[in-house]
Amino acid sequence: MVEMSGAEAFVKALELEGVETLFGVTGGAVLPICDELYGSDVRFVMARHEQGAAHMADGYARASGRVGVCMATSGPGATNLVTGIATANIDSVPLVAFTGQVPLSVVGTDAFQEVDIIGISASATKYNMQVRRPSEIPYAVKSAFHIASTGRHGAVLVDLPKDTQIDSEEVEFPEKVNFRGYNPNPFPDPREMDWAVTLLSKARRPVIMAGGGVVAADASGELVRLAELLMAPVTTTLMGKGVIPSDHPLFAGLCGMHGTGEANMLVSESDVLLVVGARMSDRTTARLEEFSPGSKVIHVDIDKSEIDKNVETVTRVVGDAKLALGGIFDRMSAMRLDRQTNGVWLKKLQEFRRQYAPPELSGNPHMRAPEVMRALRRALPRDALATTEVGQNQMWAALYFDAYAPRTFFSSGGLGTMGWGFPAAIGAKAARPDLPVVDIAGDGSFCMTENNLATCVEEELPVVVVVLNNRVLGMVAQWQRLFYGRRHIAVDLGNSPDFVKLAEAYGAVGVRPETVEDFERAVKDAVDAEVTTVIDVSIDPEENVFPMVPPGKGLRNILVEA
Amino acid sequence: MGQLSTVAFLVENKPGVLYNVSNLFRRRGYNIESISVGPVENPELARMTVTVDADSRELNQIVEQLAKMVDVVSVKRLDPMRTTMREMLLIKVNTADPMAREETLGHVNAYHGLILHIDPDNIIAEITGEPGAIDEFIGLMRPIGIEELSRTGVTALEKGRLKL
Repeated sequence: MVEMSGAEAFVKALELEGVETLFGVTGGAVLPICDELYGSDVRFVMARHEQGAAHMADGYARASGRVGVCMATSGPGATNLVTGIATANIDSVPLVAFTGQVPLSVVGTDAFQEVDIIGISASATKYNMQVRRPSEIPYAVKSAFHIASTGRHGAVLVDLPKDTQIDSEEVEFPEKVNFRGYNPNPFPDPREMDWAVTLLSKARRPVIMAGGGVVAADASGELVRLAELLMAPVTTTLMGKGVIPSDHPLFAGLCGMHGTGEANMLVSESDVLLVVGARMSDRTTARLEEFSPGSKVIHVDIDKSEIDKNVETVTRVVGDAKLALGGIFDRMSAMRLDRQTNGVWLKKLQEFRRQYAPPELSGNPHMRAPEVMRALRRALPRDALATTEVGQNQMWAALYFDAYAPRTFFSSGGLGTMGWGFPAAIGAKAARPDLPVVDIAGDGSFCMTENNLATCVEEELPVVVVVLNNRVLGMVAQWQRLFYGRRHIAVDLGNSPDFVKLAEAYGAVGVRPETVEDFERAVKDAVDAEVTTVIDVSIDPEENVFPMVPPGKGLRNILVEA
Repeated sequence: MGQLSTVAFLVENKPGVLYNVSNLFRRRGYNIESISVGPVENPELARMTVTVDADSRELNQIVEQLAKMVDVVSVKRLDPMRTTMREMLLIKVNTADPMAREETLGHVNAYHGLILHIDPDNIIAEITGEPGAIDEFIGLMRPIGIEELSRTGVTALEKGRLKL
C-alpha cells in the first residue's frame, strides 16, 4: 500500500499493463491524468477529434493484437468516442476507453460538460464502470484490460470523475482481478469436437467459412491445415479476410452480399458447413431462409450466445478457435479420409469462378476500381497493412485487393463506420511503424475524418490514403440506380474538396495520377518516401460493385452486372 | 400471447446492473411480462426473476445473452413442474356500494387474501398466489370496480435440491 493521487495510480496502472501508446484528445476533466502523463513513457497521440482517437486505438489493436487505448474528456469528448467504441465492440476488438467525468460532488447536477457516458455507452460496450474512489483505479484499469482481451474480445469504458484523479489515497496494484460472473472458458468440450469430426468425415461437399474469430484466436495456421486435410474450399467473412492467403488454391473469396459468385454458390450447395468465429450477420448470410439450405452447420465460436442466434446449427464447438480447430485436425488426421469425391467438388470452385466472373469493362476514360485495387496490391509488399473505409471502396477492396496474412487487412465490418479507415490506418502505423499502411478510401468516407491528416503529419505516422474518388456517395448511389429507378438524391458530392490541395494544406503530399501505371508509381513513391500521401484516383461515378446479392434475396441470386 | 417462461438469475448487487439487464431486453426486443428483484442471503448478490413471452429459441438466446453479461453470476430457465412461483397483488376496489363490499370481502376470503385497509369508499386487499390465480382474481374484481392495483411480478424458487 502506498499513498498517491488517482491520476498517478492511473498512469502507473497503464504502465503495468504495458501500454506504450494512448490515442486521445485532452480536456478539462482529464487534466490531472495528462499532468501525470507529462513525465511518463506513455506516448500520447493527439487526434483532432475523439472519434478519430477511438478508431486509431481500434486500428492499433487490430494490427498488433494488443489492447488499444483511447482517452477523452467528459461530455462531448466522451460522446464523440461512442461511434469508435461501438465500431470496435461489434467487431470484437479489444479496446479500452477512458473518459474524464465531472467531480463526483456534481455528478447528476447537469454540470458543465457532464454527460451520462455510462448510460450512453452501456449497449455499445462489453462492460463499463465508473470509478468512485482513487483507490479503485488500479483495479478498474486491470479489470478493463482483462475483460477487453479475454473471451470474446470487446470494448470496455472506464469513467473517471475528476476528483478521483486529484485526491490521494492508499492504493494497491492487484495481480489479478476476479469477477464471479465472468469466467470465459477457452477449452472446447472434447465430445463437441468428436461430433464435429463425425460430420466432417462424412462430408462430400464441405465448405469452411472463417470469420474474425480466427484472427482473434491466432488460428489461421490451424484453419489452413484443416482445410488442406479436408480439401475443403474456404470462404471468409469480411472480418476473416486474410486468414487464408487470397492466392491459396482452396480460397473461394468472401461470402455474402458482395461475396464472390463461387463462394456464395459453394456455401449454397455444401452438405457440411464449418463456420468458425463468424457471427453469420445478415450481410454474410443474405436471406436467412435460403442460406445453405442443404447443409449441416457446425459452428465454432468462443461466444455461446452466437450459436443458433441467426443460423440453426446441427452441432457446435464452444471455445477458442485455435484449440477447437487444432483438436478437430488432430482427430481427423488420425482417420483415413476418402477424398475421391472431393476432386469433383473442388472443380466446382473453378466452374463457379468462371460462371460468375463480372465482365471486365474497358473503353472508358476512367480508371476502373478493380484495376486500381490490383495495381495497389502490385505496388505494395505482401506484408503491407491495409484498412478500408465503408461503402463501395470497402467492397472493391474486399473483392479485388488480395490479403495474404491475418492482421494485414482491416475493415469496419459490423458497424460499417464511414471515416473509420483513415484513423484506423494511423493507429495501425503506430503499432507497426516498420510496415507500409494504406487506407483504401472513398471520397465520402475520407471527408468524415480527414482532419486526422494533422495527426499523421505532426506525430510522424505516415500513411497512404488512396481515395477512389467518384464525387458521389457511391454505395447509396448504386442502390438508388439498381433499386430506386436512378432517383439519385443526397449523394452528389460535387467537386469539393480538391484532395491534392487538402493534403498540401495539412503538410502532406497530394497526387492525382491519370493512369493505372501512374497510380502504381505514386503508391511506390509514397511508400518509399514514408511521407503521408493522399492519392486522388478519379473513377466513374456510375461504376457499380459486382458481384452483388440484392437485399432481401438469397445467396444464389448473384448479380454480376446492372 | 405465446408461452410465458420464467428465467431466474443472480447478479452482482450494485448500481447499474438492473439498467444493463433491462437495456439488454429492450435492445434485443424481448418481451418482459414481469420482473422482480431483491437481495439474497449473500448481500453482495441480488436475484432477478423475469417472465417472458418467448419461443424456445428466443428463450435460449435470452439465457445465453444474460449469461454473457459480466455482472450476471448465474442464469437458469426454470422448469414450471419443479418450481414454486408466487406473485403478490395489492388492489384497491371501489366498495361504496355495500353489495360490492360484501362481494369483495367474499372473494378476498376465497383467495386467502388479506384486507389491508378499509375506507368508507374503498378497500385495499392483498392476494398472494400463482400468477394465474392473480389474473383470475383481478378478473373477478373488474366488474366490481378496480381503482388501482400493483403487482410485484413473479418470484420463484426451484423445489428440492435444485438451486440457481
